[in-house]
Amino acid sequence: MIKTDILIIGAGPVGLFTVFEAGLLKLRCHLIDALPVPGGQLAEIYPKKPIYDIPGYPSVLAGDLISNLEEQIAPFQPTYTLGERAETIEKLEDGTFVVTTNKGTQHNAPVVAIAGGLGSFEPRKPPIKEIGDYEDKGVEYIIREPNFYKDKKVIVAGGGDSALDWSIFLTDIAKEVTLVHRRTEFRGALDSVEKVKELVKKGKINLLTESEVIAIHGKDKVESVTVKHASEGNKIIEVDHFIPLFGLSPKLGPIANWGLEIEKNAIVVDNATDYSTNIPGIFAIGDVNTYPGKLKLILCGFHEATIMVQSAYKIINPDAKKLVMKYTTVSGVTGFDGVKKEQQKAVTTKIQ
Amino acid sequence: MEENTIKVTVVDRNGKTHEIDAPTDMNMNIMELVRAYELAPEGTIGICGGMAMCASCQCYIETTDIELPEMSVEEEDMLDQAFYVKENSRLGCQIFLKDELDGLKVTLAPESEVGD
Repeated sequence: MIKTDILIIGAGPVGLFTVFEAGLLKLRCHLIDALPVPGGQLAEIYPKKPIYDIPGYPSVLAGDLISNLEEQIAPFQPTYTLGERAETIEKLEDGTFVVTTNKGTQHNAPVVAIAGGLGSFEPRKPPIKEIGDYEDKGVEYIIREPNFYKDKKVIVAGGGDSALDWSIFLTDIAKEVTLVHRRTEFRGALDSVEKVKELVKKGKINLLTESEVIAIHGKDKVESVTVKHASEGNKIIEVDHFIPLFGLSPKLGPIANWGLEIEKNAIVVDNATDYSTNIPGIFAIGDVNTYPGKLKLILCGFHEATIMVQSAYKIINPDAKKLVMKYTTVSGVTGFDGVKKEQQKAVTTKIQ
Repeated sequence: MEENTIKVTVVDRNGKTHEIDAPTDMNMNIMELVRAYELAPEGTIGICGGMAMCASCQCYIETTDIELPEMSVEEEDMLDQAFYVKENSRLGCQIFLKDELDGLKVTLAPESEVGD
């Protein structure tokens, strides 16, 4: 069981900044995120987009904001459970919470801060009626273990980077690789497109453009799929695996079933005080919460995180004296490794 | 026509038709209009905020006589990855409300299913 002071669900900008504000109060944080890397939407949807409303930055790329935040919080040694989705929450008799992920990893903390943004990023499913019946029976939306496809006949669908890159990668492992794409152009990175072209020429990738998988067949598992071509009609292709790679989309997911008050796909919080939810000890900050006048802005999430950790401190240290807020300009920042960041002493010399 | 207001018809995902007043002086797009009138639940439309990066605001343009802004490469790319795409598909976030669009009719495309 992973133990921490504040368990943060969501490693987007607001979740990351919470580590900093908690660290100033000597509270330790652990973050859970469904994505394999920190950054949330900024990493998944728009890493190369400039953001213009972060105070003090006339312009900052989303990806850079995340790396800056990681650098800023590094002294407070955050720990992570990445690539796993927070699934269930349980309140123990001592008032602390146990959060379990979809992979069974358990986390214990007296305070839970949900900074889940728009939800956890999950793969988009193509609208094929029977697709649900074949999930994990030959249909996989995410490639977890490439060797799983050793000597198998695989059909990959999609036109983005992941469809291209996995098709290339699987040619060395699978028996047969077919790539299906609705258009003739690919929007992936140029060198990936070139590489696919080359592999098609060599006969290692069977490329079907202007085509779509429209049906899946097989008794207990995928045995074949129907591919529809824009003008040439349908054909059936024998395959062991169908891998649709159409990107990820956020979904509130299991958090919606935690007994929290939900309104318009967001968690209702008390914005007059500390962004607490209807369950004492659970807070919601950033895009995931709602209150009168809510604005889904990163900068608002930073503020919410800062206020929230003050209440978290009181829950974690019920007998402590009242906190005195210290400015970082006055006290500097002391990391958990004992290293102190502070203003360099001015060097003075006498004029003589 | 009231000043700075046009009529836009939106058919929501349940097939219900809404004829609404759309302001042309607020730099708003179709996606934001749909959200402002709450014609689709929050979290199911405009997920990326209007950057043409998620296709959750895909709609079908039902009027043929109203000229729309040309598609950007980004919009084309995104529609290329989306589901339920038809000849008349556009991303609502890329169509900004202006006087020339008076009488526009759009139907919201179905929400894409998201899985584990």
